[in-house]
Amino acid sequence: MTVDEARVLGALSGVRDPELDEPITELGFVSDLEIEGEAANIRLRLPTYFCAPNFAYLMVAEAREAALSVPGIDRASVFLEEHFASEELNTGVNSGGGFDGAFPRETEGPDLEELRTIFRRKSFVSRQERLCRTLLSEELSPKELAAMRLGEIAPSQDLEKYLERRKELGLDTSEEAPLVVDPDGNRVPEEAVIEHLRFAKTVRVSIEGNAGLCRGLLDVRYGGARGVGQKEKEATL
Amino acid sequence: MHIVVQEKEESALYEKDGEKYFVVDGHVHFWDASPENRNKYGEGFINCFYDYHKNLSPEEWVWPKEKYDKYSEEDMMHDLFETGYVDVAIFQPTYLTEFFPHGFNTTAQNAILKEKYPDKFILNGSFDPREGVQGLEQFEELVDKYDLKGVKLYTAEWKGDSRGWKLSDHSATRYLEKCVELGVKNIHVHKGPTIWPLNRDAFDVADVDEAASNFPDLNFIVEHVGLPRLEDFCWIGVQEPNVYGGLAVAIPFIHTRRHYFTKVMGELLYWLGEDRLLFGSDYAIWSPKWLVEEFVDLQMPESDEFEDFSELTPEIKRKILGLNAAKLYDMEVPEELRVEHAGTGPAVTEKPGADLPT
Repeated sequence: MTVDEARVLGALSGVRDPELDEPITELGFVSDLEIEGEAANIRLRLPTYFCAPNFAYLMVAEAREAALSVPGIDRASVFLEEHFASEELNTGVNSGGGFDGAFPRETEGPDLEELRTIFRRKSFVSRQERLCRTLLSEELSPKELAAMRLGEIAPSQDLEKYLERRKELGLDTSEEAPLVVDPDGNRVPEEAVIEHLRFAKTVRVSIEGNAGLCRGLLDVRYGGARGVGQKEKEATL
Repeated sequence: MHIVVQEKEESALYEKDGEKYFVVDGHVHFWDASPENRNKYGEGFINCFYDYHKNLSPEEWVWPKEKYDKYSEEDMMHDLFETGYVDVAIFQPTYLTEFFPHGFNTTAQNAILKEKYPDKFILNGSFDPREGVQGLEQFEELVDKYDLKGVKLYTAEWKGDSRGWKLSDHSATRYLEKCVELGVKNIHVHKGPTIWPLNRDAFDVADVDEAASNFPDLNFIVEHVGLPRLEDFCWIGVQEPNVYGGLAVAIPFIHTRRHYFTKVMGELLYWLGEDRLLFGSDYAIWSPKWLVEEFVDLQMPESDEFEDFSELTPEIKRKILGLNAAKLYDMEVPEELRVEHAGTGPAVTEKPGADLPT
């Protein structure tokens, strides 16, 4: 891998599947990457022929933006393989016509922002539950959790990911801010914390399960061929 | 091809560890996806199904693609009733005529087997509200002709330029009113990945919520328990007492991803309870034999992560494997297995944690 390829791949690892909440590189969605001078040519693949076109569009569009953000790359084309809407998506993204432009008469309301927000909120809830679960297993009570502030929590990867999602939603990430808040940033009162986390757990189980299914389907569809930048498969069960 | 099979003993129920189970496979198909009956979308569709099949089936249950495209009546009877422990199977039609010119598995196609084996199958119909008044009349004729008690709706079905519809559409309401009028009380709903408008979440089950509130006398069975939106499904299930979960597509995870499947079961039992979940193999995507065997053997692991999940008792499994569906379809259940339906499921309440996401 050349230095340029590595840099573009690094940028692509910042693009995540909005639904599965994981980087497209780790999911194995990047099937090919070529740099020719100042142009990046990227190919993406998805677990099924009928994967939702809106999520597909977001990933294709963000992959293109990510590649163009790399210094020295002036042109980028992203091609989505073997999808029922490949043609519309590829044309839409690479011509800059937006999702509405790619599917005239098929959309309603503002482009894809609302959809993206729904999944950012889900991702936030799931990350919060994961962090709180760890804290509860360290003998903290739900009552203590409800009173905690961000600055009181020991650094960890779970905390980092939670803060990242929290920031994305435009919520307060200062040390003084309460740990357990809803996706609008409102503090969850002590008596509601258990119920709040109980539902959050369902959100997490759902997202993690979907990611597992999608990995499995991608694997079967492409005979186990690893994506560019994808790590060795982890054991699943 | 002639298959020699051993006759299943009359009324022999599946039995394990001294417990007997009456098995209703709530979701089966007799499809034709052969090359003669498909266009490029149909090919994409059946390939996608085949990947599901290969991804989650035990190795010895993976079929060659040719057989998967179009299997025989003998295959189906054998896999369900002779070796699969199924006592009654429910046909859930999926028309998809934009992908498969003669239909993927229509009510009429399924009716051939229903007529041949009337005690083995329950036949369900379907409707598409985009067919308007004319479709409404045809639906009534279909119900009369086959004496239907249920429908399977596929909201992501393409039709001309349209990529799907919603249960909350005004046109769909008229069809649901017709269902009430005709006594078609079981509405199976399958959410699929392409639906109008394309910029919204295609798997969103909010329209089921609205329909279930407006039609309290109908039962809404959300197929595949709303996957990939388990949380949204649980959210409406806890509020609407007439919302059920069909386990087709969820239950095959039991083999390769047992830990995940157990968590999903735990969530479903926590939010909906044991009386509102229905077994389904989605045959021929998967076969009931291994699903029934592994489900009957399933236990909740003893670890912290599962501490708020209830124990999976034979009573709970009996309900899920057959008794719940039997109740919805007024089926005769062997006397020894009749139970009072007073489950441990939660009472229907206000939305849990009303501050949470949508």
